[in-house]
Order: sequence, then C-alpha cells, then structure tokens
Amino acid sequence: MITLNINGTSHQVDAPADTPLLWILREYVGLTGTKYGCGIAQCGACTVHINGIALRSCQLPAGSMAGQKITTIEGLSPDGTHPVQMAWKELEVAQCGYCQSGQIMAAAALLHQTPSPSDEDIDNAMSNICRCGTYPRIRSAIHAAAGQAAPTAGKV
Amino acid sequence: MTYQPHLNRRHFVASLAAGAFALGWKLPDASPGMAAAGEAAAVGIWAVVQPDDTITVRIARSEMGQGTLTGLAQLVADEMDADWKFVRAEYITPQANLASGHAWGDMATGGSRGIRGSVDYVRKGGAVARAMLISAAAKQWRVPESECVAAKSIVTHTSTGRTLRYGELAAAAALLPVPTNVTVKDPSAWTIIGQPVHRLDTEGKLTGKQVFAIDVQLPGMLNAAIAQCPVFGGKLVSFDAAKITSMPGVRHVLKVDDATVAVVADKWFQAKTALAKLLIVWNEGENAKISSPQIAEYLRTGLDTPEAGVGNAHGDAKAALAGAARKIEAVYTTPFLSHATLEPINCTARYTADVAGNRLEIWAPTQGGDGALMAAAHAAGVEPSKVAVTKLHLGGGFGRRGENDFVMQAARIAKQVPGVPVKLIWSREEDMTHGFYRPITMAKMSAALDDHGNVMALHARISGQSITAWKNPAALAANGGVDFGQFQGWGKGEFGYEAIPNVLIDHAMRNTHIPVGYWRGVNTNQNAFYMECFIDELAHAAGADPLEFRRKLMAKNPKHLDVLNACAAKAEWGKKLPDGVYRGICQNMGFGSYTAAVAEVSVSNEGALKIHRIVAATDPGHVVNPDQVRAQVEGSFVFGLSAGLYSEHTIENGRIAEGNFDSYEVMRLAAMPKVETVIVPSGGFWGGVGEPTIAVATPAVLNAVFAATGKRIRDLPLKNQDLKRT
Ligand code: FES
Ligand code: FES
Repeated sequence: MITLNINGTSHQVDAPADTPLLWILREYVGLTGTKYGCGIAQCGACTVHINGIALRSCQLPAGSMAGQKITTIEGLSPDGTHPVQMAWKELEVAQCGYCQSGQIMAAAALLHQTPSPSDEDIDNAMSNICRCGTYPRIRSAIHAAAGQAAPTAGKV
Repeated sequence: MTYQPHLNRRHFVASLAAGAFALGWKLPDASPGMAAAGEAAAVGIWAVVQPDDTITVRIARSEMGQGTLTGLAQLVADEMDADWKFVRAEYITPQANLASGHAWGDMATGGSRGIRGSVDYVRKGGAVARAMLISAAAKQWRVPESECVAAKSIVTHTSTGRTLRYGELAAAAALLPVPTNVTVKDPSAWTIIGQPVHRLDTEGKLTGKQVFAIDVQLPGMLNAAIAQCPVFGGKLVSFDAAKITSMPGVRHVLKVDDATVAVVADKWFQAKTALAKLLIVWNEGENAKISSPQIAEYLRTGLDTPEAGVGNAHGDAKAALAGAARKIEAVYTTPFLSHATLEPINCTARYTADVAGNRLEIWAPTQGGDGALMAAAHAAGVEPSKVAVTKLHLGGGFGRRGENDFVMQAARIAKQVPGVPVKLIWSREEDMTHGFYRPITMAKMSAALDDHGNVMALHARISGQSITAWKNPAALAANGGVDFGQFQGWGKGEFGYEAIPNVLIDHAMRNTHIPVGYWRGVNTNQNAFYMECFIDELAHAAGADPLEFRRKLMAKNPKHLDVLNACAAKAEWGKKLPDGVYRGICQNMGFGSYTAAVAEVSVSNEGALKIHRIVAATDPGHVVNPDQVRAQVEGSFVFGLSAGLYSEHTIENGRIAEGNFDSYEVMRLAAMPKVETVIVPSGGFWGGVGEPTIAVATPAVLNAVFAATGKRIRDLPLKNQDLKRT
C-alpha cells in the first residue's frame, strides 16, 4: 500500500512501488485528466505539480511520492477558474485539448514561480508538445494570465 | 437558393424515426435544469429544442481540434435564427445514421471537408427548423406565416408584437410536416456565421473533465496492450504466454490477427509491463531486407523514366526544355512521416454473446463513424445493426484516425473476452512504428529560362509512393494507374502558374512496403515545398525579386495572386528589415482554398535558425468562424514546420527506426513565432481551412533561409542540414 496525497485527499493505492504516478492517477485513482503521451518525459502531457513544482508524472515512481503534495489538473482550482484556465478560455487556446492539462499545469507552475515571465522564461518552461499547434496562443495566454497584456482574440 | 430536399419520402420517414430516437438522448451535462424541463423535440433532423430553449445541434463529423463541431453548429443555428447562447452540440451516433439510411450524410471527417462538405445540407436543415417553428407559431396564433418573423430563438407576429419562444414552439413544430422547399440566407443576412464565437467544446479541455476515448472507464473493464510485427508484412509465428500469465494483473494473452499479439490485464500499465516480457517469434519476411538507402535508390529511378502518369500539362514542356537557352534543374526529397496524434491510438470494445444475436459496443476516437461501425462489425462477425459506436472527441486526428485498424483490433480482442469491456491502448512506440505514413516522394524540377529570365517551360516530375495504390488499388486501376491525388495543389484550378507557356506535371509511381495514408495536408505538403522553393530558385537565377517574379507567373491566376498580394502587403514585403533578418515568400492552392505566407528569419554564424515573424493569408471563400480560422492557420505552421524542420522516419531492416518523440522530433513552443493571419474571404465558395496552410509553412521559411545563407535546402527535414557559415 502506498499512501498518496492527491488534490488534498489521501489515497491508499495497492500497486507496485515502481508504477509511474501517471498510471496510478489514471488507473487506480480514476483521475484521467492527466494524460499519457509518450511515457519517456518527452511530451509533458502527464505534467502534475509535486509540492507546487511541475513534473512529468510518467517518470515518477509512485513509491517515491509518499508524503508529497500532488496536484493534478482536476485539483488546480475547484471550479476551473484558475487565472491560467481563465486566460486559456478567453484566448481559445485549446484545439483537440489532449495536451492542455499538461500545458496548463506547466503554465500555472511557471506563473507561481515567475509571476511576470518574459518570452524567454516561457520558452524555457513550456517544452510540452502540442501537435495541434497551439503554441502561439499558449504564449499569449500566459502573458494574459500574468496581467501583462490584454487578450487579443475577438469574441462575441 | 431553393431547397430541393435530398431526402426522398422513404428517407424522410426513416429520419423521423431517427428524430424520435433522439428524444431519449442523454443531453450534455452543461445544460442546467434540463432534466426538469420536460420533453425535448427534434425539429427536422439537425436540431433538438428543449422547453427551456436549449438547442442541441446534431453533429455528424468528428471534432479533433479543428473546430468543426462549433462551425457546424453555427451554420445550423444561423439558418434557424437561433440565439447562440442556447446552442449546444452533440454527435449523432453511427448506428442512428445507419438506421436512418444515412439521413445525416457522410460522417467521414477529413480532407478539410468538415464544413465545406456538409454546408449545403446542414444550412438547409437549419432553415427547415426555422420554417417549422414559424409555422407552429402561425398556427397557434391563426395568422399567415408571412406575418411572422424569427430572430434569436423567438418568433414574433409583426403586426401585434406577440412572441413565442422556440422552447414553447418546439413540441408542436416537431409534429409538422417537414417543408420540402426552404431558402437559405444570403450571406449578408448571416448573424452567427462569420462571427468569432467561442468554441462549444472548450470547458472540459481546461479542467481535465473532457473524456477522450483513452479515458473511457467502464465497470469490469480490462486493458490491452499490443505488439505488432515490427516489419510491415511480417507475420506472427508464436508466443510464449506461460512466462507472463502469473505477472500482476495479467488475464489473457491473445492472438489478435496474423501479425498482432495482445496482453489483457486489469490495468494497462500491467499489460504493457507484461507484454515487454513476452517472448514473441515473428517471421519478418523479405521486407526485413529493405532500408532507407534502397528506397531512396528506387525512388531515384523514377526521376527520369519516360513512364509517368500525367497530372497536368499544357504546351510542350519537353520540347521547350530541350531547346532552352538556360535550363535549371533541382532534385528535392521528403521523408516518411507519422501523424503522432498526441492521444495515442486506442479503442474500447465490449462483445456480448446473446441468444437474440451477438452485439458489439465500441468507444472510439474516429474520424469516421459509419466506417468504424462497419469495420468493427466485419472484424467481430456481427451484424452492422447490432453494433453501437460511441464517438468521443479525438486527441488529434490528422488523418490517422480515418483508418480503422485499431477499431478492428479492439473488436477482435473483445470477441475473445465476451461480456467484458476491453480498452486497447497502443504505446507511443507502437503508434509511431505502425502508422499509415505520409508517403515518401522526391521531385525533379526542371525549368527553361529565356534570355530575359522569363520561365518558358516547367516540368515537375514526382517519383514516389502513392496513397491510392496502398488504400484503394481498384480506384487506381479505374484511373488507368494514375493517382491524381499525387498532384494535389497542381491540378487544373489549383496550379497557380498557368502563365508559364509550357508545363508538364507527372508522377512515376514507386511504391514501398510501408503503409501510407492521408497525413494532414496530404500531397500539397510535399508538392508546395518542391514547387515554391524551386520557383524561388528560378527567381534567383533570373535575378528577380521572388514576389515580383511570382506575380508575373500568376498573371492568369488572379485569385491566387490576390492572396499572395494580401500576404505581401501585410508583411510589408520590400521594407527594410533589421540587419541579419531575411524574408521568404510562397503561395499554394489546395483543399479549395488559396494560401500564401511570408516568413522572416535569421541564421546565426553557428547555423542556428530563428524564425522572427510569420504572416499568412488565406482565402477560404466564406468564413464560418474567423477566430477558428486563425487557430487553424497558426496550428498549420506548427504542423508544417514540424515536418519541414524536425520530423523524419527512416526505415531500418524493414521497420520504422524512430519510436518516440526523442527520435521523431516535433516543433516546440520556443521555436514558434507569432503568426499574423490575414483572412481575405472573396465569397462565393466554401474552401477548407484545417489543411491548406500547412503547405506554405516550410517553403516560406526555407526560402527565407536561402535569402539569409545562400543555402538551398532541398532535402527535408532541415535538422539534417548544416547552416553554419563557412
Ligand atoms: S507522458 Fe510523460 S512526458 Fe509524455
Ligand atoms: S491541443 Fe491538441 S495536442 Fe495540443
């Protein structure tokens, strides 16, 4: 049994200690917002926060996570109103949406550490893959969430 | 425009049946209070109206990020004079479509046809609903329909000012005869079409709540991981299940087909872990002797052979080239590419052995629907009428999910475990090494210039693999062995350089054992790279400005030219750039739309490329949602530049060598500049949006790279080339 603190709730999980946290979240805890994209730390679809730091959960053995504060996309905000989510919504960032849990978690951690990131900060922090190509809007939305620029996409 | 219904009487009855079926729908959770609101009513076949005014527009095409779901809802909603704030969207099911005689048309989603392929009948469907709602109001008031107008989900009796909401009218409207004669609006009357409304499918994508097919969870569900013969065409000989059956969670080790083994376990990670330990004997066959160098050698034999299918020709290019004052030639190459949708390939299936007939349920991320249903029925040996497919939004499609290989595998696995739902997930490695790849091609481009730098002749010879030959040999044979898809962007009406007096565009087919398929943008991607970089070479050879040079060659193609000019104007072509920054330009026409791009780049002494700015113009005729057009244009550059700069599959001993994003590289955020999109809709036609711009991404950047470095990149991807200054 591994005891995990996920989104403020304690979960007992009966799985081998070397099972990646990604699959614990998806298959044992039923939190499927965290995505599988590559399994080798390349794509970032599986990004979660460990004690506030964005990490790729496909590379984190569940056994090493005891006592850590794990936050997934489902726990980022109670009602989807984290500033990053709001900016994403306003700028209509998501296309297929599959990468966006990871992108949002990475962006939220970046803004937590660097409230007013430069383009270079964004370049360095945001290495997650988006095959639909939402990168330009991700950059704009991070700036918007940081309060640096007004959203620019026109909306009805 | 007058509506002549494409549904005959028999279809009409069937579609009413389908409408009645829809009453029992589970409607989206995002509609508060609906459960208490009473009965929903299908008004026509495209819209279901709730008493609380909520309108659920039925969608037949698949949403894979391209925004089609929202665009189609806009088309229906505008024609029915709906208030957009009440509009939701929901898929019709493939089984409902099948049972109704395909009342909702083709569900296949590809070729940038989501909007343009359904625009006529969905708009008419909206107009039918509006007419029925007006008619219901007129009946209730006992006034002529001509005295009633509809706007924003309300019908008003003009002389008395009385009003009825659609929610109040729907139940009565649904019972009225479906009008056979409705008129769709003139574009000047559109209120929702053409507006940058928010997408209808965003909320769940920002909170983790969107259920993709890979997220499906069913009671008692098992999970399957598969291994397919690494060499295409190879066969499964045997596997040693005994060694892994005692591993945690493992339930079954199954033969899926003659080249595929599955491990079924409680959890997918257990299945994958056990599969890695499974000893499998493959017969890799003759194809295991084939590697990339042999394929390249084979394609090179197609560059000069006289045997080639002609795609487009006028004048006598061969003669003009033979007698040319100055002849310019260049050979260009592009590699195999995989779609690499970020959501790995997956599908869930449950087979139920039943005295009343065996049944099959499928939960699939499919670009089709009808096709997935038929494929699943075939694979499991179940009557199509006994198959139910639940479509889920796709985590990317790009053409890969128009194939049904994974649906058939899931059906075959489920059949061996009756009564138990099984979710099949491919690992990323399986996904990349068992795709339907963008076909490998080369092109030999030849041109004749006269003494004044005028292009007197152009010969574009493609050599390489044909998608039609792989997917549909019968269709290929019916076209005399010529794959006309190969010339995409260069056919009559697409080719933008008709002013060149002698043109020959042909293809020498060189097929390999690698499965190929439609890859977002399909052949326009390779063809535009070949043509637009070569035109740049000719401009350079003629000592001409690349924009001015194109303008001359496009004199007979005013629509192409307008878009090129709009792009050049926005990019301020000719204006002085900062030191070290250079421009490239290009244009293309495909999927019914005109596109052009300008890129600004710099290249450091060490050879590092930086893209500073991209300007893109597109004329898709009519625009449904300008913000989503912009989103597709932006995404097209990421997709196109991934291919141009980073991605490549090579073949080693018959198999794909690159199995994950560490070796199959794609573009990341840091490399991606802002995209300035200029939409210049000229009206009068409906062009595609999801694909046409991809073609111009790479040539714009590589033409700028030439301007910056003097290096002409003719072999993709750029990462294999050295841009260092020597
Ligand atoms: S799944 Fe973890 S980085 Fe891709
Ligand atoms: S939105 Fe589709 S992968 Fe990013």
